Amino acid sequence: MTPTYIVLAVVVVLVLWLIMMYNGLIRSRNQVDEATSDIDVQLKRRYDLIPNLVETVKGYMTHERETLVKLTEARTAAMATSNNPQASLADKERAENQLSGTLKTLFAVTENYPELKASQNFLQLQDEISDTENKIQAARRFYNGNVRDFNTKLQVFPTNMFAGMMHFTKYDFFQAAEAERANVKVQF
Amino acid sequence: MYNEINSNKRRSVLLMTIFIAIIIGLGYVYSMAVGDTLYGGVWIAIIFSLFSTAISYFHGDKIALWTSGAKPITQTDNPYLYRMVENLSITSGTPVPKIYIINDPAINAFATGRKPELASVAVTTGAIEKLANEELEGVLAHELSHVKNYDIRFMTLVAVLVGSISILSHIFLRSRFLFGRRSNDRGGDAGAIFMIIGIVLAILSPLIAELIKLAISRRREYLADASGSLLTRYPEGLASALEKIAAEKMPMKQASTATAHLFLANPFQGKSLSKLFSTHPPIEERIKKLRTMGV
Repeated sequence: MTPTYIVLAVVVVLVLWLIMMYNGLIRSRNQVDEATSDIDVQLKRRYDLIPNLVETVKGYMTHERETLVKLTEARTAAMATSNNPQASLADKERAENQLSGTLKTLFAVTENYPELKASQNFLQLQDEISDTENKIQAARRFYNGNVRDFNTKLQVFPTNMFAGMMHFTKYDFFQAAEAERANVKVQF
Repeated sequence: MYNEINSNKRRSVLLMTIFIAIIIGLGYVYSMAVGDTLYGGVWIAIIFSLFSTAISYFHGDKIALWTSGAKPITQTDNPYLYRMVENLSITSGTPVPKIYIINDPAINAFATGRKPELASVAVTTGAIEKLANEELEGVLAHELSHVKNYDIRFMTLVAVLVGSISILSHIFLRSRFLFGRRSNDRGGDAGAIFMIIGIVLAILSPLIAELIKLAISRRREYLADASGSLLTRYPEGLASALEKIAAEKMPMKQASTATAHLFLANPFQGKSLSKLFSTHPPIEERIKKLRTMGV
């Protein structure tokens, strides 16, 4: 009689442990997904600001058509990648970095247009955009923190033996989130 | 991190309980000392302790902000500071706290509130003007870690409750000297003994409260330094901010012993009191720890 109870108790404990582990993993995975949508909020803000910027700049910058076309293209490409559910994190990152790069080029070129630098509207937009870039970095770092927590939960023993069976896979980090930081600051 | 949050919540409850017990104990001793058989002192103590616990729990942040002379700001008042706090809040995943500025040339900052949703962060004008971008960021990240860890709930409770213990023992001491003699004649030997205990307790209680405060806040500061650096990924920012504070040795204009432990660095910098009752670990030690982190 007693051995049956012991076996029963062990099974119950094991099942309870599995349930807790599963729920814990789900909770952290939802946190990662939430962090992803936080990044998207900031990216969306940047997409919305760019057409305004192009409109403002167009009147002043007569010789820079090409830069503006490149910027618009980069925005369209980034939006397409962002909306594509199949795109990997690395793809999205590349598209967004491309956009950041063209923005940087544009702001560098504006140095040649004193009237533009005097425009209140332009200065405000420039300020808004660089603020958004900082916020994108901040949101990415929050994402990275959550991914770190989730991946750790997934990879520690003994969770790692069951996680694969339950179709949990580890998430990727944003690689450039830290390195890019220094560049963004220079714009001020 | 979650352990830290739970332990802070537990400590907050424990602190409130201990506070209520100390006050009621004081009331009891007082009643015995004056030979009051109706235990008037105990009833007053119960009412007083419940009131002040409730007030410090729900309004402690406002009291702390008010005593330090902090003024609220909006985004348009200081977009630089506002955005920095906003960005760090995004990184730490907490709601954006209310932001206050203290008009004081000394470099310092503190955070208060009962939970992250109702948190406030106050920064001195000195910190905004004298610290570079990444230094201020380090300071704010340190404060936001206090917010995230629920340190703010516990530390604000300590600030207000310790303050009221010292007020109460002042009243207690004075009233003993004012009305002591008459009741002593009636109370006899027992009254005299209780009177001595009462005076000892009145002298000891602020000291005990002071010691509790010291024991709790040192480790807390190291922890906030560490998790703040995890937010900015740049421990050097906070390290050089602390270096500036240490080099300046400038005390704050409106510093109070009750709120000292809320601040980033000891507001009594350079005064002899700071060495006797230091609520903060030595700045040099903190800088050294930050430098060895090397992310």
